[in-house]
Amino acid sequence: MPDITLSALAAQLFTGLVLGGILVLLAIGLSLIFGLMTVVNFAHGSFFMLGAYVGFFVLGYTNSFWVALVVAPLVVGGFGLLVERFLIRRLYGRGPDDALLLTFGLSLVLIEAVKLVVGKLGLTLDPPAALAGAVDLGFMMFPAYRLFVLAVTAVVLLGLWLFLEKTNIGLVVRAGSRDALMVRALGIDLGRVWFLIFGLGIAMAGLAGILAGPLRGVYAEMGIEIIIEAFVVVVVGGMGSLPGAIVAGLLIGQVISLTTFFAPKLAEIVVFVVMAVVLLTRPSGLLGEAGLAE
Amino acid sequence: MSRGPLAPVAGWIAAHPVVSIVAVFALLPFVVPYTSLATQILVYGLFALGFNLLYGYTGLLSFGHAAYWGLGAYGAGIVLAKLGWTSLWGALAAGMLTAGLGGALVGFLALRRRGIYFAMLTLAFAQLFYFIAFHLADLTGGDDGLRGIPQLPLGLFGLSIPLQTPLAFHYFALAWAAVAVAGLQRVLKSPFGAVLAAIRENRDRASACGYNVNRARLLSFVFSAIITGLAGSLDALRLNVVPVEALFWSTSGQVVMMTLLGGAGTFFGPFVGAATFLVLADRLSLVMADSWPIVIGSVFVVFVLFLPRGIWGTLTGGFHGR
Amino acid sequence: MDRRTFLHSTTAAVAILGFPSILRAQGGPLKIGFPLPLTGPFAAIAADQRRGAELAMEELNAKGGVLGRKVEVLFRDDELKPAVGAQRTKELIENQHVDFVVGGLAAHVQMAINEQTKRAGKLFISISQSDEISAKPDTSPITFHEALNPTITGRAVGGWGVQNLGKKWWMVYADYAWGKQNNAVFTEVVKKAGGTVLGSTPYPLGKPEFSAHIPRIQAARPEVLMAATPGADGVAFMKQAISFGMKKEMKILVPLHFLFAAKEGGAELFADVYGGTNFYWEVSETVPQAKRFVDAFTKKFGMPPDGYAGYGYSGIHEVARGVTLAKSTDSAKVADALRKNATYDHYKGKQYWRGCDNKAFQDLWLVKGRSQAKGEWGFFEVAGKVAADEKLERTCAEKGHV
Repeated sequence: MPDITLSALAAQLFTGLVLGGILVLLAIGLSLIFGLMTVVNFAHGSFFMLGAYVGFFVLGYTNSFWVALVVAPLVVGGFGLLVERFLIRRLYGRGPDDALLLTFGLSLVLIEAVKLVVGKLGLTLDPPAALAGAVDLGFMMFPAYRLFVLAVTAVVLLGLWLFLEKTNIGLVVRAGSRDALMVRALGIDLGRVWFLIFGLGIAMAGLAGILAGPLRGVYAEMGIEIIIEAFVVVVVGGMGSLPGAIVAGLLIGQVISLTTFFAPKLAEIVVFVVMAVVLLTRPSGLLGEAGLAE
Repeated sequence: MSRGPLAPVAGWIAAHPVVSIVAVFALLPFVVPYTSLATQILVYGLFALGFNLLYGYTGLLSFGHAAYWGLGAYGAGIVLAKLGWTSLWGALAAGMLTAGLGGALVGFLALRRRGIYFAMLTLAFAQLFYFIAFHLADLTGGDDGLRGIPQLPLGLFGLSIPLQTPLAFHYFALAWAAVAVAGLQRVLKSPFGAVLAAIRENRDRASACGYNVNRARLLSFVFSAIITGLAGSLDALRLNVVPVEALFWSTSGQVVMMTLLGGAGTFFGPFVGAATFLVLADRLSLVMADSWPIVIGSVFVVFVLFLPRGIWGTLTGGFHGR
Repeated sequence: MDRRTFLHSTTAAVAILGFPSILRAQGGPLKIGFPLPLTGPFAAIAADQRRGAELAMEELNAKGGVLGRKVEVLFRDDELKPAVGAQRTKELIENQHVDFVVGGLAAHVQMAINEQTKRAGKLFISISQSDEISAKPDTSPITFHEALNPTITGRAVGGWGVQNLGKKWWMVYADYAWGKQNNAVFTEVVKKAGGTVLGSTPYPLGKPEFSAHIPRIQAARPEVLMAATPGADGVAFMKQAISFGMKKEMKILVPLHFLFAAKEGGAELFADVYGGTNFYWEVSETVPQAKRFVDAFTKKFGMPPDGYAGYGYSGIHEVARGVTLAKSTDSAKVADALRKNATYDHYKGKQYWRGCDNKAFQDLWLVKGRSQAKGEWGFFEVAGKVAADEKLERTCAEKGHV
């Protein structure tokens, strides 16, 4: 057991926030897509990976991380739109398993295609020089780039909240999550909303990818592990619940961070234990709604 | 529901599953390039069969079925490698028992929830078993896998039948698979099987009719785990190792893929799916050594889009989706 | 018509089903099966192993083959998974009728392959790190281990490190067999040399999140940090260490350096990081056999070999040498021939097999990352050499051999 000083603990909690940030970005996309379209998107991790790769190439082309940060999610989101239009859309009306299998196969194809095109070696994505150092927070020196990731996550979440609460489309999304039949009965074309939301969710995955690139390196399998954690976050928060995804993401980030510090052996399994405990005590996750995921 | 080209054949096969399985797999070693491939198809097909009892016949999607495959493998492997047992019967029994107990435990807890939550709970428990196997290295070999599983002969009616050659082992595995298939057929044809069908179609209605839905589902879960455990035990004997990945979610994902590829809700579908997946993996990696996964992934995408009932499901039941 | 031609000349659909091999040419090629993870996270290192094997095969055939027979190396993807490795080995043995197997990357896969080769009575030369494969109960008279293992690497690199870099250490290691073995060996070596281990940080393999731990490590002020962080974890660890400024505060040491990790991460990532390796191409400047190997390899592939190419190369050549000595392809006879004529030198200097456990003893080098690569591949500079020494390995008795 390492010595627990107040500053060490505070450092821990702060690190967990950053971990949670990436998870939240991923989980929100997953939750949006599931909540609205009942599609379990196993390819989400691959879009995360694509965000990092696209970011690498845009960075190489324009020499600006900021440009890459904006362009990568757009490109990946655009690709997501294509996937929705030509693949996912064909599956509406079928059972939930078909989307599962399709997105699973798609994720395999994407990972292998990237390796074929770019090569088997991973790539290095460097943060911009302005964010390369560490910031003195008083209780610890914290890498500036990680603070930046936190900031971006907060901004994106704020933007998303504004979108959902203050715009008409956002209203339709929220209503459609609750009762798709009713919304259609009101004459609203949900298909177009689904199209956009899928793209938005994928774009968020791409953003998470380019943000994560400098933290761990860019390689084709980078989405596989993290997507399991993202699924756990979504389920713990409650499928289809955005506030749930945020709460669960931050919670799981802390859990992982604290366990890695105090009991590293357990870090792998603690996420699943938390999920099992939550699910066994609350039928639809922390903030989920009953009946949504059957 | 439209009829596919092989519908009459499917009808006969469904009525005589044991004969069909024995006939096909008795001949398969001579059709595929090498015997061990046929045995691999048999064993994974059995795995998928066990999974499909829960998924196709009871309507419950489990993301953690590797747990029972792995428990079966470790159960059989540990008694042979670490406890020094010398009976294959004992090893298989130990494997099936371990898997069945695991199924009872997980089923009891996970069945409290529905849909995706149920699925994620099964995944959580499978990962828990993986974690335990990974860290209890003295018992399980840890991440290096359980090695030292001996090549034992089969003791039958006082005779000692050697299983050294691939073909001999294949027929040994086939005998057990036939027993499992016979058992499954019994279960599905029984009143209990009818209850499962009712639950799959409409759970609430079945409950309203007075059936004990939870008990039926739990029983189905345990049967499924036992069949899956048998498959895992056979694989431990086949490979003489139990890799810890046997319990990992990637293995759970594989059996889901095989079942969906072949066609859930059909008796033979799991075997067809296993055969397709494994033969593709085996042969493609010869000609496209480092890019074959892209073909497999594309095949899945194509299948889901155009053959949603899986290969066998489409051949026997028509091309249209559900 | 042999199998290869048949497969290539039929359509993909038929090729997928395949047909049993009824015809088998008499006195045909000498087939060596080579399972390796062509797909998956270590594909780059596997590609290196493959190149080494291909060069060896080409050289042997240019001299007329072995016992007058052409050498054919059959590569199969084991996906870094033991079950797949076992299945591919079965395919090689049953379908391709290989006489020998060389290969494997990662201990758990090698041991699964080994179970199959033992079962079929085929000689297996395993070519990557594993402590167990040359020890009882896994080993066998036909199991040979060409590569270094955590014990040898740890004692060599750790021994050198505690003499040359510092006496106060901190260990960071992935919580699985290889990582734990390295931690144990390095700890033992440091303590024996009178150093201290200030602390250790195990972490779950594949989850390289160190920002929680790094401040603590820095606070303890170690002189040397040992990082047993394989593959992508290693790249992630280095990035995080750099971002916290650790390189300025302590020396960082890894058990093994790989050219491909340096290429992927960039020279700055591994700059000033020390590590061990069974072979680095710049030693061709001092070792004549290495020069021959590096020149031939670079000529064929346009890039220099890294350590694992050397293993693949040496493994194939050892099979050939054993067959030539034994004048037979019987695995038991070849194994005896190799033990009786235990010394060999294919690419870097003298190596030899130890009789009790078929373990290869060989020189290894300490290399240090340059802040700027010299040319396209000069990522490291040689910092030291550790000669082959049985004291670096467990004794025969310790490994269960009587």
